[in-house]
Amino acid sequence: MRPPQTASDLPVLLPFRVSRTRARFAVGPVRAGLLGAGLAGLILVAPAFAQGPDAVLSPFQVVLRWAPLLLTGFALNVAISLIAMLLGTAAGVGLGLGLLSEGPILRRIAWALTQFFRNVPWLVLLFFVMFLVPFQVTVLGVRVPLPDWIKATVGFALPVMANVAEIVRAAVRSVPAAQWEAAESLAFTRRQTLFRIILPQCLKRMLPPWMNVYALIAMATVQASIVGVTEMLTLTAQVHAAEGGRPELFAPLYGFALLCFFLYCYPIDRLTARLERRFETA
Amino acid sequence: MDAVPNWFRSLYETTGFNFTVFYDPYDWHRYVNGLKITLLLMVTTILVSLVIGAVGAFIQGGPSRFLRSVVNGFVVVFRNTPPLVQIFFFYFGLGTLLPAARTADGLRVPLLDNVQWAIVSLALFAGAFNVEIFRSGIEAVPRTTVEAAESLGYTRRKAYLYVVLPLALRVCLPALNNNLINLLKTTTLAYAIAVPETLYAVKQIWSESQNVLEMMMVLLATYAVLVGVLVWIMHRWERALRIPGYSR
Repeated sequence: MRPPQTASDLPVLLPFRVSRTRARFAVGPVRAGLLGAGLAGLILVAPAFAQGPDAVLSPFQVVLRWAPLLLTGFALNVAISLIAMLLGTAAGVGLGLGLLSEGPILRRIAWALTQFFRNVPWLVLLFFVMFLVPFQVTVLGVRVPLPDWIKATVGFALPVMANVAEIVRAAVRSVPAAQWEAAESLAFTRRQTLFRIILPQCLKRMLPPWMNVYALIAMATVQASIVGVTEMLTLTAQVHAAEGGRPELFAPLYGFALLCFFLYCYPIDRLTARLERRFETA
Repeated sequence: MDAVPNWFRSLYETTGFNFTVFYDPYDWHRYVNGLKITLLLMVTTILVSLVIGAVGAFIQGGPSRFLRSVVNGFVVVFRNTPPLVQIFFFYFGLGTLLPAARTADGLRVPLLDNVQWAIVSLALFAGAFNVEIFRSGIEAVPRTTVEAAESLGYTRRKAYLYVVLPLALRVCLPALNNNLINLLKTTTLAYAIAVPETLYAVKQIWSESQNVLEMMMVLLATYAVLVGVLVWIMHRWERALRIPGYSR
C-alpha cells in the first residue's frame, strides 16, 4: 500500500504498467501488408544482387519456388498451435479451478502442477513428451498410432495448461470480494457463484493474456523441428539442402520463415494490446 | 568421497535406476561442462540484454525520430518472431555472410562461433522485451522529477543515468524478473545450433547410456534449481532496491 498522501505531496512514482512498443508502419492493415511485402522483397532480392551472373537460381527464385511447400509447413505450425491451445485451455481452466478450490490437498496438487509446468523450459518438456510417450497406444484392443506431431502438440499443451491456470486464478482473484459476498447473501452456492457470477466477468479480463499465451505458443511450435517433426523449420533446412546447400541461401530462407511468423504474430500482438487498453479504461 | 558414486552404483545394481552422471566420471564431466555453458549463457545474456534494454529505452525517449523508429522496429520484430528462427537466422544466415578467417589447412574459422552467436541472438531477443519493460518503468517516473534534475543542471544522459534509470529499475523489477527467468528457459534453444549446454550434454549422455528417464529427471531437477536460484537472487535484489515507504 502506498502511504497516504496529502494534496501537496508529489508522487515518487506513477503507476507502472508494461505497454507495448508500436512500430510506425502499424497504421492500417493495407499499409502493414505493403510494408511486409516490401520487406520480403528486400530480404529476398538484396542478396541476389550480391551474386554473380553465373548463379544457378537467385535466392528470390529459390524462395518463390519452394514457398508453397514452406507454407504447408507453416500451416502445420499453425495447426499444432491451435490444437495445443485448445487442449491446454481446456486442461488449464480445470487446473485453475483446482487452484481456487477450497480443499487444501487439491489446491496444493494444482499449485505444484502449475509451478512445475510453468518453470520447466518448453524444449525440455517437449523432449519429455517425445521420449516418454509411446509411439502408439492400444485402446480396447485397437492400436492407435501417435504421429510425432500429435505428441509435440501434447508437449506444447502442457505449458499452455499451466499458464492458462495462472490466468484463470489471477482473473478470479481480481474480482472484488464484494461480488462473492453479494452472491452469498443472495443464497448462491459457491459453485453457482463461481460459474454464474464470477467467471462470466472474468472472461473479458482473461482474453488479452490468453491471446498473449497463444502468440507465445505459435512462436514456440518451431521447436518441434528439434525433435523431428516435419514443420516449417525442418522443411526450410531440407529445401536448403535440396538447393545444393549454398551458404548464401540461409539468410533468405530463414528470413522467409521469420517473415511468415511476423505476419502471423504481429496482428495478434496489436489486437491484444488494443483489447488490453480497452479493458483497462472500462 | 566415494560414497555418492558407490551409492548410485548400488542403486543401479539393485533397482535398475541408472544415474550414470553420478558415478561415471566421464558423464559427470560432460554434465558439469554443460552446466558451465548454461551458466555462461545465462549470465552473459542477462547482462547484455539489460544493457540493450537500458540503451534502447534511452533512445526511445530521445529526440531523434529516426533512432526511435529503428528501436521500435527492432523491438516489434524481435518480439513477434520465434527465438529459434532468430538463432538460425543469425547463426546460419548471417554467420555465413560474415567474413571468416582460414587456418593454414584451409579450414573456415567463422568470426563468431556458435556459443557467441547464441549469446548474441538470445541477448537481442530478451533485450527487445527489456526495452519495453524499461520504457514502461521510465514512464512511471514523474515528469516533475526529471524537471527537477534538469533544473539542477543535469544533462539528459546524466539525468537518465543517475535519476530516471535507478527509479525506473526499481518499479519495473517484477516485470524484469519474469523476463529474465524466461530468458534462462530460452537458453535451451542454443541446443539447436549444437552449443554444448546442459540439455545438449544430457541428451548425449542419455543416448549413449540408454537412461532417458533418469537423465530427464536430472535435467528437470537442474532447471528447477537454476530457476529457483535466479528467482531467489532477483527477490533479494528487489528487497535491496526497495524504495522506503513505497511498496506496491
